[in-house]
Amino acid sequence: MAFDLRRPYRLNPAATLRPEPFGALAYHFGNRRLSFLKNRQLVSVVRLLESHDSAADALGAAGVPDQQWSSYAAALSALASSEFIDER
Amino acid sequence: MSAEATLTKQFKGGLTAPICLTWELTYACNLQCVHCLSASGRRDPRELSTQECMRVVDELERMQVFYANIGGGEPTLRPDFWDLLDYSVAHHVGIKFSTNGVRLDKPAAQRLAGTDYVDVQISIDGATAEVNDAVRGAGSFAMARQAMDNLAEAGFGEFKISLVVTRHNVPQLDTFKQMADAYGARLRVTRLRPSGRATDSWDDLHPTAAQQRQLYDWLSARPDVLTGDSFFHLSALGAPLPGLNLCGAGRVVCLIDPVGDVYACPFVLHSEFRAGNVRDPGGFARVWRESELMLRLRVPASAGACASCGLFDACQGGCMAAKFFTGLPLDGPDPECVLGHGERELAKVCLPDRPRAGPGHSRRPAPVFVPLGRTAVRAAT
Repeated sequence: MAFDLRRPYRLNPAATLRPEPFGALAYHFGNRRLSFLKNRQLVSVVRLLESHDSAADALGAAGVPDQQWSSYAAALSALASSEFIDER
Repeated sequence: MSAEATLTKQFKGGLTAPICLTWELTYACNLQCVHCLSASGRRDPRELSTQECMRVVDELERMQVFYANIGGGEPTLRPDFWDLLDYSVAHHVGIKFSTNGVRLDKPAAQRLAGTDYVDVQISIDGATAEVNDAVRGAGSFAMARQAMDNLAEAGFGEFKISLVVTRHNVPQLDTFKQMADAYGARLRVTRLRPSGRATDSWDDLHPTAAQQRQLYDWLSARPDVLTGDSFFHLSALGAPLPGLNLCGAGRVVCLIDPVGDVYACPFVLHSEFRAGNVRDPGGFARVWRESELMLRLRVPASAGACASCGLFDACQGGCMAAKFFTGLPLDGPDPECVLGHGERELAKVCLPDRPRAGPGHSRRPAPVFVPLGRTAVRAAT
C-alpha cells in the first residue's frame, strides 16, 4: 500500500529513537528491529508526526523542501512497513 | 556515494553508544570448548556483584543501549542470572543470551516463553554429537538438543541455534539448517576467531579456502541465516553479504567482561584492547566515549599493505582480532584473506611470536583439540 501523506501518523509506542551524529538509531522493542534515520531532518519529521494532522504537515513544519518530499515519503513508507511509525 | 556508504563512514567515526554490546557475566563454565574466545572455565572472584551488574544495566538504559548480548562462560550458572534478566528487561535493555543449555530445563524454558524482550541462543558446533563433542566436550550435543526440545515444547517461538563455522562442520551446514527449520528456530553462523583458547586450536579448526568459498555461496543463497555480520572478509568474493561490512570494534561494538573490564571488541580479550573498567569513575559511558583506545579506533586507519588491493573496499582488510591473534600486522591482510595474501603472511610468523591472551580462566589441564582422524601435533607446542 502506498504511503498516504494526508493521514496522521506517530512514532510507534514500542519504538524509540536514539540521537546520533548522523541522525538517529531507531529500535523497535516489539519486533526487535533496528533501523537508521540517515539525517537529522528525517528525525525531526518523525518526532513531529504526533503533533501534526498529517505527515504532509509534519514535512512542512520540519522545513523539508518540496522537491525532497517524494524521497521523504519513501523513507516514511519504509518506517511504516517495519512498524516504526504507525497511523493514529 | 550511496546512503549505505555514507552510513558506513559515519559508523567508522563511532556512535554515542554501542549498537551491539556483548556482556559476559561470568567466566564460570560447565564446558571447556577448545575454541572458547574468553578461555572460560573457572569463576573469577572479582566478578561484578548483582548490585554492580544492575548499575551497569541502569547505565545502558540511560545510554539507550537497546539490548545486550549476554554470554560468558555460561551465564546461566550465575545464581542471580534470572534476576538480572528480569531487571534488565524491566529497564528497557533487551537480552539476547547465549547458553550451552545446561540450565534450560522445562521450567526455565516455560519461564522464558513468558518473558518479552528475551532472545535465546543455543550454541552447538556440530550437527552430530561426533563433530560437536570433539570441540565442546562429551555430552554437550545431547544437552543442547534437550534445551532446544524444552524451548520448542514450551512454545518459546523463534529461538536461535548458533554455531561457529569450523573445518569439520562446513559439510554439515544443510543439516544445521534443517535442524533449525524443524524447530522453527533461526540459524546463526559466526566466524571462528583465533582468540582465547582458539589461539591454540585455530590452525586445526578454521575453514579451508575452498570451504570459505562454499560458505560464501551458501550464505549468499540464504539471507535468512544470521551471521552477526562476522564474515565481511568474504565479501571480497563477490556481492557483499547482508549486514554491516566493516570492523565494528570500538565503533559500534564492544565487550564488558565478567570483572567489568571493557574491551573494544568481543574477540580481543587482551590487555592491548582493554579500554577501561565499568568500576572506573564515569563508568561504562566514559570508557565508551572518552577512552584513548576507543577514540583511536574511530580515527580512519590506513589500509597499509592492503592499500593497493582493488578489493579493499569490499573486505576492509578483514577482522582485527583474527589478525592480532595470528601475529599479523593490523594494517595488513586478514589471515583468511580470500586472495590468499593472509596465508602468505602467516607463513612468515613464528608460532611463539603470536600474542597470548594470558592463562584465562581455563580449568587445568587446558583442553587440547584432538583433530578427528589424526594425532594432535600441537599439544607439544
